Amino acid sequence: MHINKASAVVKKKSFLSALLILILSILSLFVLKDIALALILLFVAVALIAVNFLIISRRLFDVLGTRFMLIVVLFVLALFFLLIIVLLNGSGILLEHQSIGDLLFSSAWKPFSNHFGLFAVIIDTLIVTAISMVIAVPISLLTAVYITEYAPTRLRNMIRPFIDVLAGVPSVVFGLCALLVFIPVVRDYIAPFFGVVTSSGFCLFTASLILSIMVFPIIISLCVESFSSIPLALKEASLSVGATKWETVKKVIFRASGPGVLSAIFLGFGRAFGETIAVSMVIGNQELIPRTLFGSGQTLASLIANNYTEVASIPLLASALIFVALILFVVVLIFNICGFLVLRRASKRWKY
Amino acid sequence: MSKSAIQIETRGLNVSFHNSPVLKDINIEIPAKQLTAIIGPSGCGKTTLLKSFNRLLEIQEDVKISGEIIVDGKDIMTSGLNVPDIRKKMGLISQKPYPLPMSIFENVAYGLRIHHGKNPKKVEEGVHHCLQEVGLWNEVKDRLHDPASRLSVGQQQRLCLARAIAVKPEVILCDEPTSALDPIAAQQIERLLLKLKKDFTVILVTHTLRQAKRVADYVIFLYFGMVVEHGLADQVFNDPKSPEMKAYLSGEIS
Repeated sequence: MHINKASAVVKKKSFLSALLILILSILSLFVLKDIALALILLFVAVALIAVNFLIISRRLFDVLGTRFMLIVVLFVLALFFLLIIVLLNGSGILLEHQSIGDLLFSSAWKPFSNHFGLFAVIIDTLIVTAISMVIAVPISLLTAVYITEYAPTRLRNMIRPFIDVLAGVPSVVFGLCALLVFIPVVRDYIAPFFGVVTSSGFCLFTASLILSIMVFPIIISLCVESFSSIPLALKEASLSVGATKWETVKKVIFRASGPGVLSAIFLGFGRAFGETIAVSMVIGNQELIPRTLFGSGQTLASLIANNYTEVASIPLLASALIFVALILFVVVLIFNICGFLVLRRASKRWKY
Repeated sequence: MSKSAIQIETRGLNVSFHNSPVLKDINIEIPAKQLTAIIGPSGCGKTTLLKSFNRLLEIQEDVKISGEIIVDGKDIMTSGLNVPDIRKKMGLISQKPYPLPMSIFENVAYGLRIHHGKNPKKVEEGVHHCLQEVGLWNEVKDRLHDPASRLSVGQQQRLCLARAIAVKPEVILCDEPTSALDPIAAQQIERLLLKLKKDFTVILVTHTLRQAKRVADYVIFLYFGMVVEHGLADQVFNDPKSPEMKAYLSGEIS
């Protein structure tokens, strides 16, 4: 009761001062003709009233807040289903025109004659993603192990922010660097080394290379996180039976952080699979399966990026691109579900 | 000290973390094949002393260690020694059991494979023997390949003990091994330690004075990083010399 009374007094006082400032604001507008001052005073007055209202109706805000958060959550969930509906709906037009089997297993992508075959693009996507992960995963894991287990503290604290920044660099920057650096290197040195002299450098290999580089910081950062959350006592347990550091890393740390490492890899896969602009800058953009890794290709994501400008002129293309988007969406969805299941199993099995 | 052999001896051992001293000039002798209890209030350096015996301190950051720790007549602090070999001689049981993230069988086989070869039959025999030694065999023989994390905490602690004795250490270092356990599981561990001291030197850090009184042959009392009193358990408990030890025994400090 006493507190209520006190707060009522406070409310009255601050309300009065807000009113006063409001009057001052109006005066300064009409008498001083100073709009800036008037606006500032108005702002202060409104802020005072708002704060006042906040203090008094804490409970109201608490209730509103809870409800509001629920609404936001529902909205996000709805968005998910909305996306599916839009994608399904959009690809419907194409599916009336062409069967799913034909879409997925024909290699001929001929938008001008209204025939859309995605087989080559799907295969290219799988190849590029797989190669980039094969390059990225072992190197990232070893880097993360070095950072957490071997590097001196000062070095570790210096490296980590760099890696985190790298993870946030816009992909177009990576794409541009690949264009300027990797393309000539692949064309002049790497492809000839593997016996391909006709490569332009715009090829699956370059795309895989830049994807693996983009995936590094994500996997490293998450793995470092999960390695460093392993309790010291677990390492001590392994070391005190006379295991070497490397044995401890290999048999204990990798296992104990298995779920974390797995989710890092899943996340990296998602990034590599869906990366668009950097890939489209270096892959050569040909809807075919090249005979070597040094030939041009196209991924699902870069296909959309390279064709969306034509949507207005080719009637079925829009629907075809939406279908491609649907494939991307479904694959990512399936991969996430699998990841979740594997993770749950792994964290049960590898608990410490 | 009496005629019994000395397992570990420290000479002028000093340890500091981040430039603040934790152990100051520790000079002690720990008898072989007996149970030595390290007692003292919280934060007085008991665990630090224990972990200095198998050179586990150095994996932490910013630790400075000086002095000699003599095991089997050799100073283990000499540089250039093979540290895993030193650690192999001293099994460690930690406060909360930390089974390795693998099956019950693999937990015990882990050290065996590292040090005694990978012959599957021998490994199996070794695991069987160690699990029997800690009284766990009958409880787990049907689920040896289950994750160790499914065991109860008490069982996990015994598994850790089995893992430690599997590599045939000379010393078993125990860091308050019963503090996370229920009374029955704690009693099992205590009995095991008493049984194991026939074959191993047991060093037990304990926070409970009553436990030390129950099991210790030899006692080291640490107070603010210094050894205030050490000697045979009878002597220390029944006829304490220092005022700190008297205060600790009477419960004035804990």
